[in-house]
Amino acid sequence: MLKKFFSMNRNFTQRLGFGLLTLMAAMTVLPIVAVVIYIISQGGSAISLEFLTGFPRDGMRQGGIMPAIVGTFYLTVGTAFFSVPLGVAAAIYLSEYAPDNWLTRIIRIAIINLSGIPSVVYGLFGLGLFVLFLKFGTSILSASLTLSIMTLPVIISTAEEALRAVPQSFRTVSISLGATRWQTIRRIVVPEALPGIITGVILGLERAAGETAPILFTGASFFLPRLPNSVFDATMALPYHLFVISTQVPEMPFQIQYGTALVLIAFVLGMNLIATVIRSRARARRQW
Amino acid sequence: METNLNDKIVIENFSLQYVDGTESLRNINLRIPRNAITVIFGPAGGGKSTLLRCLNRLNDPADVKTMNGRILIENENILDPKTDIIRLRRKVGMVFARPVVLPMSIRSNITYGLEVMGEKRRSKLNEAVERSLKQAALWEEVRARLDEPGVALSGGQQQRLCLARSLALEPEIILLDEPTSGLDPISTGKVEASLQELKKTYTIILVPHSVQQAARTADFAAFFLQGELVEFSEGKTLFTAPSDKRTEDYVTGRFG
Amino acid sequence: MSNPGNSTGTKSDLSWQEYIITRAIRAAGYSAVVFVALIFYFLLREGLPTLGEVSFSDLFALRWYPIENYFGILPLISGTVIVTLGAALIAVPFGIGTAIFISEIAPRWAREILKPLVELLGGLPSVVLGFLGILVLAPNLRILLNLPTGLTALAGSILLGAIALPTVVSVAEDALDTVPRSYREGAWALGATRWQTIWRVTLPAARSGVLTAVMLGIGRAIGETMTVMMVTGNAPVLAVTPGALFSPVRTMTATIAAEMGEVANGSVHYHTLFFIGMLLFIFSLVINVTASAVVFRSKKRAEKVLS
Repeated sequence: MLKKFFSMNRNFTQRLGFGLLTLMAAMTVLPIVAVVIYIISQGGSAISLEFLTGFPRDGMRQGGIMPAIVGTFYLTVGTAFFSVPLGVAAAIYLSEYAPDNWLTRIIRIAIINLSGIPSVVYGLFGLGLFVLFLKFGTSILSASLTLSIMTLPVIISTAEEALRAVPQSFRTVSISLGATRWQTIRRIVVPEALPGIITGVILGLERAAGETAPILFTGASFFLPRLPNSVFDATMALPYHLFVISTQVPEMPFQIQYGTALVLIAFVLGMNLIATVIRSRARARRQW
Repeated sequence: METNLNDKIVIENFSLQYVDGTESLRNINLRIPRNAITVIFGPAGGGKSTLLRCLNRLNDPADVKTMNGRILIENENILDPKTDIIRLRRKVGMVFARPVVLPMSIRSNITYGLEVMGEKRRSKLNEAVERSLKQAALWEEVRARLDEPGVALSGGQQQRLCLARSLALEPEIILLDEPTSGLDPISTGKVEASLQELKKTYTIILVPHSVQQAARTADFAAFFLQGELVEFSEGKTLFTAPSDKRTEDYVTGRFG
Repeated sequence: MSNPGNSTGTKSDLSWQEYIITRAIRAAGYSAVVFVALIFYFLLREGLPTLGEVSFSDLFALRWYPIENYFGILPLISGTVIVTLGAALIAVPFGIGTAIFISEIAPRWAREILKPLVELLGGLPSVVLGFLGILVLAPNLRILLNLPTGLTALAGSILLGAIALPTVVSVAEDALDTVPRSYREGAWALGATRWQTIWRVTLPAARSGVLTAVMLGIGRAIGETMTVMMVTGNAPVLAVTPGALFSPVRTMTATIAAEMGEVANGSVHYHTLFFIGMLLFIFSLVINVTASAVVFRSKKRAEKVLS
């Protein structure tokens, strides 16, 4: 009798607990969906050819956001230019060369730290080193360099994971056939890890494309009447533009604000989607 | 130690200890004759694979605690730090227990070793593909689908592909570490038949996956137990009239 | 299988090309250390002069009003602390709850939907959340709680909680995943319900990983800039009571972001902003080193248990 009571009680607790956790998961996830749907519904009507290809007019209250789109594209490419070779090489070092010693542990701690440094502190650092000390000025170059250091940890850790997933036996066989270590890496390991590396790169760049704080004082421009001419020019950028039109411009039409937010999340989530597709395709095709 | 023209490999006072204390070799002296199949056998953990891996320097120095003695191939000590390891590995081919087909086509698997060596001539590469696949008794089965991925082959075919891949480099010595352990009897038979053919041109060292295979294939046989060489002699002697009690016990199946 | 590549270690068998590439790769590997050192150096270089320009008691004072040379950073620190605590109160229970749900309860299909959605949240630019905070969250909070303004620490906490969530969920879920299945099966075999197993076996076994998740989530919240700058109302007043949640505050990050654009390089104000950046850097350093030390220790313990 007592036993039966307890077991009922236990089942009741479990059901209550599971229900609670389900509710929590739903409350975590549903707002995300709601946010995306809301922005699409509010901003969708703003999207037009003029909006995507035109310059802002009338104190940004009208016209398009093309310079911000182009600027974010430039910054993303600039970031990739620095962070991809460096990040992938660092990942290769950690996965293929690094001995298990204190120095490697310090490198790993440094990478963890890089990933934890607040984005605005990256902005300060970029200001101190690139803008002022190296005299690159407030420019695409300074901003790209700042963003690329910020994205390094993402690229390094995902790329390293992808490299480590390549079976050790491939390396052993390649070495036993007289290949050098670098030949093994270049011909076998990197090609096999490529989808994973690309996924990591896109996820890193996605973060860079959506960041505002690191470019505030290193390369972002409030408003430019024309596109930047060189890497030493400042540029408009989507996230900064959204910040500007939602806090600095009075009587800003909601439609343009939501439209800008929509383009920004489309840009960022589009990259995310590409990364996801590459990853799942590679997983499906993998033969080891 | 006197050199015998018939010895391809001479191992002198060779000892090795791993950092983690697993499997070590103690004071091995062994002469491996050319153009014959030498079988190295014994219970697991006896140091067979370790020895094999030393012969083309595949051991990770980070795992090795101490290594003493000499291993001479054609009178050249391959443990010498000045040894060109890349050249050594081309001269000493290796086939592993599990067939590891590189993630590329059948053809590229074979030409890989030549390409990393710098060979670019198509004619040379094609020639090597055909020759080595024939030597490994795989040519007829795959000639029509050389550009398909190597992993599409069956297990037995994959292992012969791995053998062909080593042969493409025209090595002098072929090391085989339980090459048939995962194969069915028919595939095993094919591999063993190829070996009998290959020993005319190559020096073959085989770690067999069973005593039966050892007895079937051995021209010469070395029995390893717990890191020591117990007995070495011609195959027919060792398997029919072993001189050491421990060898006899193992061969007759009393332990291991 | 061992890593035989190391045996190409003698120089004579490396071609010059291989030698250069290997060197370049190693240099890239060390770069992360160089960058952390450089960042710290520049923060010190630009931030330490503050200590010569502003007296210690003025720096740790209650008034931040740079135009009149008041550089008291306590209000900013209190702003960061209260917003972060509020965010933790949201992100920790919801993050761990969601992680448990994903790893222990959810059927496969739900997991396949939930994980990308959480990742999606992690990918949303913080400026977008700040933007929605201004237009949607703050007005509703104002009406709901009958406040003079919705741009408060609470708005910041809610959004920061959302930003910290993906970190907490993914790290905690990883930790739960690494708990060996045999632990759970053992508990079930002893007659425990799944619910009891989660609370008495799985969660305790993963506790160091879950702790790491909480710490990294808090680190993420402390460092977040744009969202808090946009929705917390930016009032540098000391916030120490729970009631301060319902009034405007200003965090350290938001102060740097809002003011750095307008200061003269090399001024006291400039140096002080760098000094605040230096404090943030040290916070994140401490949090991350501790978090990784926790993970490292627990890994060692797990190895011991399993071997």
